[in-house]
Amino acid sequence: MEQRIVIIGAGHAGVQLAASLREAGHRGPLSLINQEKELPYQRPPLSKDYVAADAASEPLALRPESFYAEHNIDVLADARVDSIDRAGRFVNLGTGAQLPYDRLVIATGARNRPLTCEGSELPGVYGLRTLDDARALKLRLADARRVVVIGAGFIGLEFAAAAKKRGLEVTVLEFATRPLGRAASEPLSSWFDAEHRGSGINLRCNEGLERIEAREDHLQVTSTAGSDYVADLVVYGIGVLPNTELAAESGLSCENGILVDELLRTSDERIYALGDCANFPLADSSERVRLESVQNANDHARALALTLTGQPTEYRELPWFWSIQGEHRLQIAGLCAASDDAVLLGEPETGKFSIALFRGGVLAAVESVNRPADHISARKLLSSGTPITASMLEASASLKELARSTPIPA
Amino acid sequence: MPIITFEQSNGTATEVEVADGGNIMRAAVSNGIAGIVGECGGQAMCATCHVYVAPEDAASLPEISESEDEMLDCTAAERTEFSRLGCQVRLGGATQQLRVTVPSDQV
Repeated sequence: MEQRIVIIGAGHAGVQLAASLREAGHRGPLSLINQEKELPYQRPPLSKDYVAADAASEPLALRPESFYAEHNIDVLADARVDSIDRAGRFVNLGTGAQLPYDRLVIATGARNRPLTCEGSELPGVYGLRTLDDARALKLRLADARRVVVIGAGFIGLEFAAAAKKRGLEVTVLEFATRPLGRAASEPLSSWFDAEHRGSGINLRCNEGLERIEAREDHLQVTSTAGSDYVADLVVYGIGVLPNTELAAESGLSCENGILVDELLRTSDERIYALGDCANFPLADSSERVRLESVQNANDHARALALTLTGQPTEYRELPWFWSIQGEHRLQIAGLCAASDDAVLLGEPETGKFSIALFRGGVLAAVESVNRPADHISARKLLSSGTPITASMLEASASLKELARSTPIPA
Repeated sequence: MPIITFEQSNGTATEVEVADGGNIMRAAVSNGIAGIVGECGGQAMCATCHVYVAPEDAASLPEISESEDEMLDCTAAERTEFSRLGCQVRLGGATQQLRVTVPSDQV
């Protein structure tokens, strides 16, 4: 029997899943529900290239419009799902229509964690996640001189560096003790801290946002340290919240995301979740994680497409990430933890180095700055199943050499 | 407008027009050329837009930057002297015609 598959959400995960399902031979009806009006698009460039002065004015579509028709993928644009009827196996659309499914996939992603302080709704205060956000921001950037960024995570710093490059005066407020604190090791944080300051960004750690007030022709931002900053626009990037409401309201188990097993199946065996909204068991570990990355979205989608076409496939891919911070290319393989032992590879003064992170004596993650070869080698090593110790790394000339001499299972 | 011809390993070829200044990856993804992924959106981070440029066109293209060079060492299909990352090769100016072969594997 040809199953009806409905995918809620047309971000990287939803679109990749639709494409991979057709590639894997799914021939039944396939619907992709897109909350946005746009053709599904690439998100990562929005906080990087897209806000640069010389950037292309249109973002890159994930697939051309013709792709969906050619592959018989029914895209419902500017559509939303109001509820899931699990007993009846259909979703209720905002239009009042019902869409039946045999298998339902929730790929609703995440949304910006909102600012909650006084003034967070003022005009000139922007989050940065969707194309609409980026367009509005880009327009405002054209005549801004001073920008205050709230949050020194990936998005905040990517934007701060891009704004600095455009010649703006940039202040970044971070309530934690260091930038990139949630995603990077301490030595990497301090290197980027120095680098961003060196480029002229006023990066203020231990200083959160207290309130924003509208003045005649600007915004005044007051920090928790009591300092005032003048801004023509304020951009915040203080993390995201998984879009789990639809799942939770229909009774699916949720806890920091929609809970799924190694097959990405929720507590209802006909319903799956993937990408930013899914909380899944990390392979070879007792931990569960919810990751926000393109790699995670795409690799989840490829695995799930196999599962849904009759080849149950446990998700086991190594997480990896990238970021562009001004002139610097940061790539991370694996997940770092605060207690990891850091071993430095290369010389940070040269702007090219990696940090190998060991947990219990075994390589767990590698952070690379402007060293793509280290990054790719680290991905191979960390996926190889061979435990890599510090002494193995010491005995090798480089990660690349070690990757060459380490057996990689097919 | 510049024109890129994408040749697949099975011999089929597709011609695609590119805006002046546009790159190979963007042209391929926008036109649904099979076998070119461009997972990172064109930032030389993923090495999934690997192509082999035609030997006669290779010399006229902009030089390979250090980061492109390192990422090319990591492509799924074998690197040759004609390997480039599609996202790093812009068309226009002297480059009005380009022929590339799409490798069998990207991920």
